[in-house]
Amino acid sequence: MTKNFLSASHASLLSCPVCHLLSKPGQHIVEKGKEYCPRCGERLYIRKPESLSRTWALVLAAIIFYIPANVLPIMKVTSMGNAESDTILSGVIYFIQTGMWPIALVIFIASVFVPILKLLILIFLLITVQTRSKWRPRDRTRLYRMIEAIGRWSMVDIFVVTLMVALVKLGALADIEAAQGAVFFAAVVVVTMFAAMSFDPRLIWDVLEKPQDP
Amino acid sequence: MMIACHECDMLYRLESVPEGSKAICSRCGALLYSHKKNSLDRTLSLIIAGLILFFLSNMFPLIEMKNQGLMMKTTLSQGVKALYNQDMQGLAALVLITCILAPFFQLSGLFYVLLPLKYQRVAPKTPHIFRLIRKLQPWSMMEVFMLGILVSIIKLAKMGTIIPGLSLYSFAALIIILAWATASLDPHIIWDKISAGDNPGVKHD
Ligand SMILES: [Zn+2]
Repeated sequence: MTKNFLSASHASLLSCPVCHLLSKPGQHIVEKGKEYCPRCGERLYIRKPESLSRTWALVLAAIIFYIPANVLPIMKVTSMGNAESDTILSGVIYFIQTGMWPIALVIFIASVFVPILKLLILIFLLITVQTRSKWRPRDRTRLYRMIEAIGRWSMVDIFVVTLMVALVKLGALADIEAAQGAVFFAAVVVVTMFAAMSFDPRLIWDVLEKPQDP
Repeated sequence: MMIACHECDMLYRLESVPEGSKAICSRCGALLYSHKKNSLDRTLSLIIAGLILFFLSNMFPLIEMKNQGLMMKTTLSQGVKALYNQDMQGLAALVLITCILAPFFQLSGLFYVLLPLKYQRVAPKTPHIFRLIRKLQPWSMMEVFMLGILVSIIKLAKMGTIIPGLSLYSFAALIIILAWATASLDPHIIWDKISAGDNPGVKHD
């Protein structure tokens, strides 16, 4: 330990992911060989369990769901006997055609750009951790922090479908129904949120601390 | 107080952080600790306002639409029901959790935890409830729902005349109150008070 940096795992301290209490072995609550935070009762790990393989599995699942989420309609609009299907992208195009640029941009960023960006950044973080990269750890941690914060905004289209479905119920005159694409889209958002949660940013820093193997 | 950065695991010995200032990890830039001013009282009063607004927001219609003499309106829970009736149970559950259950649990749970703490008491199960509140945070999406309302209004404008419902105003106020409450909540102070409540000599129910 020549450097000034000392990590909790080096000092054999466990940091609670929820209440941030640091505890030494002997202070943890141990039940059936599992360790729990003495203050809040959360399960304690040195690093998030199977972080890399779990995150990879969730990222791949999200990529698979992403295709039907964009190809299939998210809602079916029937008005005066005409039926039309809305996909995520047709919603964006509709706002562009009617000249409502700001709202088109909001939907495009929330529904198209953010999920892709989130998945690409997660893949980048996974690969750099697995190749034991030492490249710009501070910036990579910053990227992680960003995708954790923005993911929720992709839910906006799901909420739009919910409101339209509930409001437009005029029988033969006009009717809106949610369609299968919305289910896949919601799955993309939820699965990428779980993927971000299962990735452990401390893995980015571990490689910098252990230059020599014990 | 020793603390480890939850993003890079670096250890710190935090000397007292003055009120209103933050401690940032010098290695990765993560927020280690933010000492909020007057946190408990401020958060508690915002939570009470939030609970009242939450009930108002769920009682009255969010949007009303007039189309050829027909009036249509919807509340948030009617939206969940409409999805459920269209065989979209998964979506209905997701909207129910993110827009109704999680926000309600957060508001009522914080009220349950904070009110006794103000009088130096710790209510039963407080550590578990506060932990659940912290873990549910990402799944409470009212501010995203608010954006959804605005987009829906613009989308529906071609189908009829849109009248903002009574709940829309209380909903907008609720979003601001919730953001403010989140900003004024100081989890470290709460956890410290909870562990202080475990010591003998402090009243404990
Ligand atoms: Zn750090």
